[in-house]
Amino acid sequence: MFAYVVRRVLATIPVMAVVALFVFSLLYIAPGDPAAVIAGDQATPEDVERIRASLGLDRPYLVRFGAWVFDILRGDLGVSIFTNLPVSLMIKQRLEPTLSLMVVTLILAVSIAVPMGVIAAARVGTFVDKFVMAFAVLGFSVPVFVVGYLLAYVFALELEWLPVQGYTPFSEGFFPWIENLILPAVALGSVYIALIARITRASMLEVLQQDYIRTARAKGAGQRSILFLHALKNAAVPIVTVIGIGIALLIGGAVVTESVFAIPGLGRLTVDAILRRDYPVIQGVVLLFSFTYVLVNLLIDILYTLFDPRIRY
Amino acid sequence: MASASVLSPADVSAAKVAAAAPMGDIMPPVKARHGLWGFIYRNPTIAIGGGIVLLMVIMAVFAPLFWTVDPTALAPARRTREPSAEYWFGTDMLGRDVYSRVIYGARVSLIVGFSVAICASIIGLTIGLVSGFVRWADSIVMRVMDGMMSIPPILLAIALMALTRGSVQNVIIAITIAEVPRVSRLVRGVVLSLREQPYVDAAVAAGTRTPVIIWRHILPNTIAPMTVQATFICASAMITESILSFIGAGTPPIIPSWGNIMAEGRALWQVKPYIVFFPAVFLSITVLAVNMLGDGLRDTLDPRMAKRI
Repeated sequence: MFAYVVRRVLATIPVMAVVALFVFSLLYIAPGDPAAVIAGDQATPEDVERIRASLGLDRPYLVRFGAWVFDILRGDLGVSIFTNLPVSLMIKQRLEPTLSLMVVTLILAVSIAVPMGVIAAARVGTFVDKFVMAFAVLGFSVPVFVVGYLLAYVFALELEWLPVQGYTPFSEGFFPWIENLILPAVALGSVYIALIARITRASMLEVLQQDYIRTARAKGAGQRSILFLHALKNAAVPIVTVIGIGIALLIGGAVVTESVFAIPGLGRLTVDAILRRDYPVIQGVVLLFSFTYVLVNLLIDILYTLFDPRIRY
Repeated sequence: MASASVLSPADVSAAKVAAAAPMGDIMPPVKARHGLWGFIYRNPTIAIGGGIVLLMVIMAVFAPLFWTVDPTALAPARRTREPSAEYWFGTDMLGRDVYSRVIYGARVSLIVGFSVAICASIIGLTIGLVSGFVRWADSIVMRVMDGMMSIPPILLAIALMALTRGSVQNVIIAITIAEVPRVSRLVRGVVLSLREQPYVDAAVAAGTRTPVIIWRHILPNTIAPMTVQATFICASAMITESILSFIGAGTPPIIPSWGNIMAEGRALWQVKPYIVFFPAVFLSITVLAVNMLGDGLRDTLDPRMAKRI
């Protein structure tokens, strides 16, 4: 168990190295010369050269990469070209809305999708099953911002049940906070729900054919306890894997959802940075999202051994 | 005559009496359905999905024939008109005809979807085949692919688009790069399992050279899962394209694409929701059709995979 965890943790190092190398190269090959930008319009070529040397931009690629990695390990993500603020500070200011949105979406999606998949599997071939599967295909096909606008139009503009746009910090109370997050979370969650429901159904269908399910039925266990205790537990591994992998969808979707609902989070920061070509910010955000994604999936892999003691590597 | 054994002697004698008459049907005749209608009857998902995709392709190719006007023609005097007999889908904030823009916008979505599906398939197939057969390359290539896969694809495409200016070609390249790691992984998995097949062992024993084995025995068996995968890539590329254009990092505003039209309608969507609505509907229907096509193809071409998902 311990050896497996150590091995699994070590295996993420090359993955993170590839991510870091890619993200660093992004700035390296980015058009435009930061030294020239900093020097301004009146600078002579000598001035630009001096600034370049002081920034360390004249050093070879790998030396710069090493220095950059070292900075990151100390928590220094560089300075925004546009605002001149440290990127780590800008990220910190935008972290709460995105984190809130992700957590709410995750809870919402899992608590809707898993029962949906279980019920579809229990009533395979019936109207309920077909409805769930149709919903899944629809969820995959309708882009997140389309769902977002549709929800906002119906529930905020027409029915006026929920606010149209914006974000209220958690510190101002739970209800104002959650009120602003419901629509974005449902919009962002649509693909995620489709994905999880589909995998839950498939995984449950396989488990429900097993002998121990028949045994459970034979000894008179109730349908609900068979589905949610006997079967779901054994079907959990693929479901949890997809929940982990699907976080990539959430991250990508958050960028768009935050634009639709005017949520001042990391997604908005990314979009603004792209439009302004603010490469240090783009680097920082991509790095943060990717490392979070890798770490969450690492955690899930380790959790497997708890879910399923049969797994031994 | 398996059915005769269950008949009682009385029935048999009764049947003899009526020997001249044909025996009643035990099973209704199986109506053989051939041709196009038979195919549609047997594969409704492929037929519906494929039909809609075909319709969209025709619409995109012959856009000028679909009662459209110049999609880029500005008319400041006729800004933000509601949908009417003259402007079927209304006009946008610059007075351009939304209907014409939506019809022409199909071109970008379909070109991006199909191009990414083809490019990502070819590149992914090559990488997957190489890493499935060349041991030393495998570990390096797969580490790189793992690294790229841990950057969420939309974010990866966005970051790549930040490096270049917005054009249809650059959008295709960026989305292809984001999709390739998944395809390579899939192909590598298929290749590794195919290598264990007895017929590959037989070919090796018969002295067949590796390139011939790949060409004759491996490649044909990757076609079915690859076709299914390519359809899903096409669908996801269309969504990614619209997202890129929507946030302003995709196709340039001068070329109408469904994502662009929605991006332009964004500022006005609370008062003029139709500008966002029509491209959204077309995009959703097209992606839905491609996904249906993919589901249908998967069920037909790769029943084992269909059972798994």
